[in-house]
Amino acid sequence: MNKNLFEYLLRLGDDSLIIGHRLSEWCGHGPILEEDIAMTNMALDFIGQATTIFEYAAKVENTGRDADALAFLRYEREYRNVLLVEQPNEDFAVTMVRQFLFDAFRKPLYEALQNSSDTQIAAIAEKSLKETKYHLKHSSEWVIRLGDGTEESHEKAQYAVDTLWRYTDELFFENEVDAALQAENVIPSLIPIREEWQKTVTDVLTEATLSIPQNGWKQQGGRTGLHSEHLGYILAELQYMQRAYPGMKW
Amino acid sequence: MKENNIEELERQFQEKIDNDIKIEPRDWMPDAYRDTLIRQISQHAHSEIVGMLPEGNWITRAPNLRRKAVLLAKVQDEAGHGLYLYSAAETLGADREETIDDLHSGKAKYSSIFNYPTLSWADMGAIGWLVDGAAIMNQVPLCRCSYGPYARAMVRVCKEESFHQRQGFEIMTTLANGTPEQKAMAQDALNRFWWPALMMFGPNDAESKHTEQSMRWKIKRQTNDELRQQFVDITVPQAEMIGLTIPDADLKFNTETGHYEFGEINWDEFWQVVKGNGPCNKDRVDARRKAKENGMWVREAAAAYAEKRANRNKEKRA
Repeated sequence: MNKNLFEYLLRLGDDSLIIGHRLSEWCGHGPILEEDIAMTNMALDFIGQATTIFEYAAKVENTGRDADALAFLRYEREYRNVLLVEQPNEDFAVTMVRQFLFDAFRKPLYEALQNSSDTQIAAIAEKSLKETKYHLKHSSEWVIRLGDGTEESHEKAQYAVDTLWRYTDELFFENEVDAALQAENVIPSLIPIREEWQKTVTDVLTEATLSIPQNGWKQQGGRTGLHSEHLGYILAELQYMQRAYPGMKW
Repeated sequence: MKENNIEELERQFQEKIDNDIKIEPRDWMPDAYRDTLIRQISQHAHSEIVGMLPEGNWITRAPNLRRKAVLLAKVQDEAGHGLYLYSAAETLGADREETIDDLHSGKAKYSSIFNYPTLSWADMGAIGWLVDGAAIMNQVPLCRCSYGPYARAMVRVCKEESFHQRQGFEIMTTLANGTPEQKAMAQDALNRFWWPALMMFGPNDAESKHTEQSMRWKIKRQTNDELRQQFVDITVPQAEMIGLTIPDADLKFNTETGHYEFGEINWDEFWQVVKGNGPCNKDRVDARRKAKENGMWVREAAAAYAEKRANRNKEKRA
């Protein structure tokens, strides 16, 4: 098995799975009916992406574990998502700013992954990019509306940016897994992706009249399986059925 | 003279209805017809929206990726149905926000079935199979309802509901053919949802205060008891097919009539839940009220931003 490829697929799949889980928590509780539908729709896109990615990961691993086993039956330290996506929804501002910071990363990433030497990854990226462009448009528009809306919404949006900023550096985490895959042109370097992310974030936050926190305190650990306290609770819900009724078909 | 005019309008209105010509938003209609439709369509819209909650309760715990995606899509469809139904009510002059406030104050009702809790994954199967199944029985005739926008909304809603019903039955089939724990889970869900599903058709015809007038206006095309009987006749063999037992000791097939006879519904429970005393009435309405209250600042921000933008565009043009 290609261990690096498997590891990379878990990163992609877990980011999608966990942010999809967070978005799905809004279902039935959105601030406007249209937005309830939009967030559920995005959750559905992310669960769909996670499914395709885990199906491929299962094939790469080739030990008989399937996509569901990867999604539902790993231990906490085996999840590879960034800390950003597991942060709680709190309110609509935190949810949308989190979404925006993530979408602004995912869009250039998928654009670059379309050129992957791995045809499966290229296909997944091409399909997911269409959804991601829509997600980024949607979350950018909300960040602007909230930032440049009322005094109250501006404060909440600024709080969200300030709170989540410490988790953004980890989006660009790279280690020997990346180096090996980059050498085979499976994945791109994150340097130009970071530049594009920085530009998108600066443009949108400026238009939203929000200030960009000065780089300082950084949190990371998700990519190596060291998560915040929040992930355990996500997994307690996510894995409940698979753990309570082991080995059953649903 | 004026009275004669109204009589003449009413005569023409009823003539259209009798000839199956659809009533459209700009057409003249009696106030009582308008009020009945607003009440019925907004109740229906509220049922879709409140109905998102019991199923939403299992999205984060769905047992696998496929079931999770299907459940998300289903709940999203319900939100979509709520949206077209609120729009249909708006064509009659009902304001969406006011209609929603009536739900929160307890003035407007919604389907009582959603006041029962979802306690296991099998409840997702039971809701799809029984609740969406009963909803289809109620809604298929509404595709021929005399009010055009409602009838057209129902055509689309029914297509999606029939998909929901099938996915629910498929969940139940999988569980019923599964391990003993899964089968017990399915039977328990059927036990809890069977009677509330029969109650979804409303009181017996003799007790139903709106039926007669609604039938004359072709807002309603079949009575509560007729629809309930159809539902029982279709559903009982489905339960037998997957080896589950309907929780009704009096249930038997009458070979002469070709219909199932079933036991007495607990009408006391029905009225208690309608009055707000069901297991989840308070939770459901509180959840919706909270969503609205917590969303207030978001809606205000969107409105404020839209206004700023409009002003900026005006300045640019000037």
